[in-house]
Amino acid sequence: MYPVNPKLTRRRFIKGVIASGAAATSTSIWYAANGAERPPGAVERLIRINVNGQVRSVDVPPQETLASTLRYKLGLTGTKLGCNRGECGACTVLVDDIPSYGCSILTHSVKAMRIETVEGLESANGDLHPVQQAFVEELSPQCGYCTPGQVMAAVGLLRANPNPTREEARQGMAGNICRCGSYDSYLNGVMRAAEIG
Amino acid sequence: MAYMHIGKDFVPPDAPGKVTGRIKYSEDYTREGMVYARLLTSPVPHGRVVNIDASAALAMDGVVGILTADDVYPDGEPQSTGLKILTNEPTLVGEPILAVAAVDEKTAESAMALISLTIERLPFVLDPLDSLREGGADAYTGGNTFVFRQGFAQEKWTSDQITSFQNGREPSAEPQQSWEYGDLEAGFASSDFVYETSFSTAGYPHMSMEPRSAMAYWENGKCYLHGTSQSLTALAEPMANIIGVPLEDFVFINEATGGGFGQRSRAGSIPSMAIPARFSQKINRPVMMRVTREEEFTIGGARQGLQGWIKVGFRSDGSMAAMDMYCVSDSGGKGGGGDANSAAAGVSALYQSEAMRFRNTSIGTNTGHRGAQRGPGENQIMAIVAPIMDKAAEALGLDRLAIRKMNAAQNGDVSGSRSTPFTSAYMPEALEMAAEQFDWEGRKSRSRQANGSKVTGLGIGQGYHNAGRSGMDGIVRMLPNGRLQMHTGVGNLGTYSYASTSRAAAEVLKMSWDDCDIITGRTDRHLAISSPQDGSNSIFTNTRTAYGAAQDMLAKMKEIAAMDLGGAAADYDIDGSRVYQITDNTVGMTYATVAQRALELGGKFTGEAEVPEDLNSLTALSVSRLAGSALMGIYHDPRHAGNPPGFAVAMIEIELDTETGKFDIIELVNIAECGTVVHPQGLKNQLVGGAVWGIGLSVLERHLYDPQNGIPASTGFWQSKIPTYLDTPANIGTGWVDLPDPENPVGARGIGEPSMGSVSAALNAAISDALDGHLFDAAPVTTDMIINHVAGISEEAIPLAQNNFRG
Repeated sequence: MYPVNPKLTRRRFIKGVIASGAAATSTSIWYAANGAERPPGAVERLIRINVNGQVRSVDVPPQETLASTLRYKLGLTGTKLGCNRGECGACTVLVDDIPSYGCSILTHSVKAMRIETVEGLESANGDLHPVQQAFVEELSPQCGYCTPGQVMAAVGLLRANPNPTREEARQGMAGNICRCGSYDSYLNGVMRAAEIG
Repeated sequence: MAYMHIGKDFVPPDAPGKVTGRIKYSEDYTREGMVYARLLTSPVPHGRVVNIDASAALAMDGVVGILTADDVYPDGEPQSTGLKILTNEPTLVGEPILAVAAVDEKTAESAMALISLTIERLPFVLDPLDSLREGGADAYTGGNTFVFRQGFAQEKWTSDQITSFQNGREPSAEPQQSWEYGDLEAGFASSDFVYETSFSTAGYPHMSMEPRSAMAYWENGKCYLHGTSQSLTALAEPMANIIGVPLEDFVFINEATGGGFGQRSRAGSIPSMAIPARFSQKINRPVMMRVTREEEFTIGGARQGLQGWIKVGFRSDGSMAAMDMYCVSDSGGKGGGGDANSAAAGVSALYQSEAMRFRNTSIGTNTGHRGAQRGPGENQIMAIVAPIMDKAAEALGLDRLAIRKMNAAQNGDVSGSRSTPFTSAYMPEALEMAAEQFDWEGRKSRSRQANGSKVTGLGIGQGYHNAGRSGMDGIVRMLPNGRLQMHTGVGNLGTYSYASTSRAAAEVLKMSWDDCDIITGRTDRHLAISSPQDGSNSIFTNTRTAYGAAQDMLAKMKEIAAMDLGGAAADYDIDGSRVYQITDNTVGMTYATVAQRALELGGKFTGEAEVPEDLNSLTALSVSRLAGSALMGIYHDPRHAGNPPGFAVAMIEIELDTETGKFDIIELVNIAECGTVVHPQGLKNQLVGGAVWGIGLSVLERHLYDPQNGIPASTGFWQSKIPTYLDTPANIGTGWVDLPDPENPVGARGIGEPSMGSVSAALNAAISDALDGHLFDAAPVTTDMIINHVAGISEEAIPLAQNNFRG
């Protein structure tokens, strides 16, 4: 099991959304997340965030979620939105090494943190990350829509626990849903990734 | 038979893209000048739009247009409920009424709030039996059922008939649909054990991970649609018809699909993709329609729920002598679904009942759009019948495995209303393999053993689906550089069958996989028609076409070699990407040289003449656009004979806690009987994925509506309760019989759906076993049902309820 980032709790997320002037419902978050308006008294919108080791300057309204910033401002569409309400984990990214739902984090709240997405895992020469390689070898994905989130959850798990038991892996991956039901194959991938490290 | 590619694992070309996030789904695309559409959907379960005042919304800065049903259907809406993309007569909450486009989504959403919608509420109904009852509301304007080729009709039963049915007695009303074979009366008369009950199974949503977002634009008179599907070519022509664009001017783009499960197989099950296409046509801007999780539920689909009555008779040796089944099927708010008929056909195939009768009446409700969902009908009914098999075994003093072997489908057997013969069937072998891998003999003594509050339950389940079609086409091309291009329309929805079926062409031509390219992803790459890739048919259907197209190419290559090198075509063979003389293999031509010669020769060699006349229209269009570009192999697949079955067998051991109603799966084995194995990793994924789905059907997934307002209450993953890592075992055992089917050139049949039915059946049987053989006659069997039973509390649920608890 990996730790929970105390700065990224759901309570803080909802408080942040309310403070930014958007109602805290799942559907309105979606639209609010893509808004262009600047609420009265809002903070500076042009912010710098560290994504995949690069500092990116980006115009972000205070109510925008990290998943929206990544997908629609930075073009990192590997981070998927399956539910946009913290249910499925398809938008999982690493924030300071901890797997986190990108749909449930305000981008302004991670200005000082390291964000890693699925696009940042490959080495400079194009080699796949061991988790990605293991997932290919085990053919873990089926439809693939949840896969980037599963990859990031596995990477975070293995950083916190490089040699998990299968049961620990099952618990550690439990925040990510796969509707194809490929859990067995993903667990095979996690265990193989732990082996090839 | 020793194969070069068949039965071997490989890295499907899209796998790296899936783990790196590079592969694109429809919502990942963008286009210069793109605007965003939002849907205004029905707030009521059944209504009639009286007035729409969008003037304030259209006056907003950034709003670029509105699309209503009046725009789409200027001559009036179609009478059938199914294909409408926008409507003024919604029949479920969340049905799209209009769309607004703006420069960004927030503006579109804000504009939506300024639209004044006046809607007349109409009576609604959530349970088919409430609609069948005299005086009950009808789901549709014009009735509560839609009769094919006849239109809307009204079906009503007396209150006594409804109550009698709810109390477990045989329905006495005339059914809409029926078939039977054998002597049912004699079958029951000869039976030593007869079990009779009413039952219910829940409908529930597909919940694909990828919402059905779509983006469209028009360019030089052509419509380009980025969407999602299970087969991009099977869907293309019907979708072009919904949009109203000629097939030759329609380009469907679909590199990857985030889950289908039956609901994205045909244009009629995903008509909403036409909204951005029509909208883009109207406002002349690219239109992105992002779909939320809630909308994915309301404009998506659901499995049909069944309310039924079943009576089964067994002789003392365990053979099933007679089966009588009567269903009331929930057709939802848009009509549709054939689950009940498939359920009966499935029982006939799996248990080989000597006599059988099936009756069904389909009734609409103001709930989700019903349609095919993984093993529609078969998988629900197997969860009901498996515990009945165990009840019969217990009553007759038989082993639970033995009674299944007694009734198992084998080569030479027939099934269904037309007594169609199987192309091949090896169910006894599958049962044996499962028993060995599970160690049935070793485990069976643990049945019903208690350890404190925990009781062990064992279950055996069998799954079936008709798993093969024909009549599709194949196209392969050999380029002058010697690379083989396989043009496939099979969708990329996670089965990898778009790639594994194409390997049949590489097999015929004995080509290195590294020299092959799969051409797919968008229809303007000129693809062959494929089956809709539903009904577990892809492997059977599309290996036939790939194989046939490659055979056509092989014949042409030998003909060219004979033409240039002498002799007859029959004097040549192939290997190592060369055509050579059998008597002197130094005399030959490389594939690249053959392809170059084909380009010089033209005519039939390059698809410019002697093209098969019976190609499907989309394939014919593709061939006409590819003609002259390379050496071509073109094939139209004739119809096959018989019923290619997909079979699966599962065995489960659970430990059920009678204090909490929860259980742990101790062991789960799922075995396939699907002919020759084409792609082991892909098959294994279907077996584990099917197992997860089976667990969902048996104990978790539901479809809940607020009875007062008709509002759906299970629009999310967690409310619908799809299985997670923690609902499923950490290990799932798999295996396959791997015996060839004679109706497929590589011996293959499908498996996607039976792999779920086997587990839903086994799990319900295991729960029943842990509870001393108690039959709930329902799916799902939820935790509260178990603890209420253990506590001896009579349930307060509505008998046979649909779209409600215990539905």
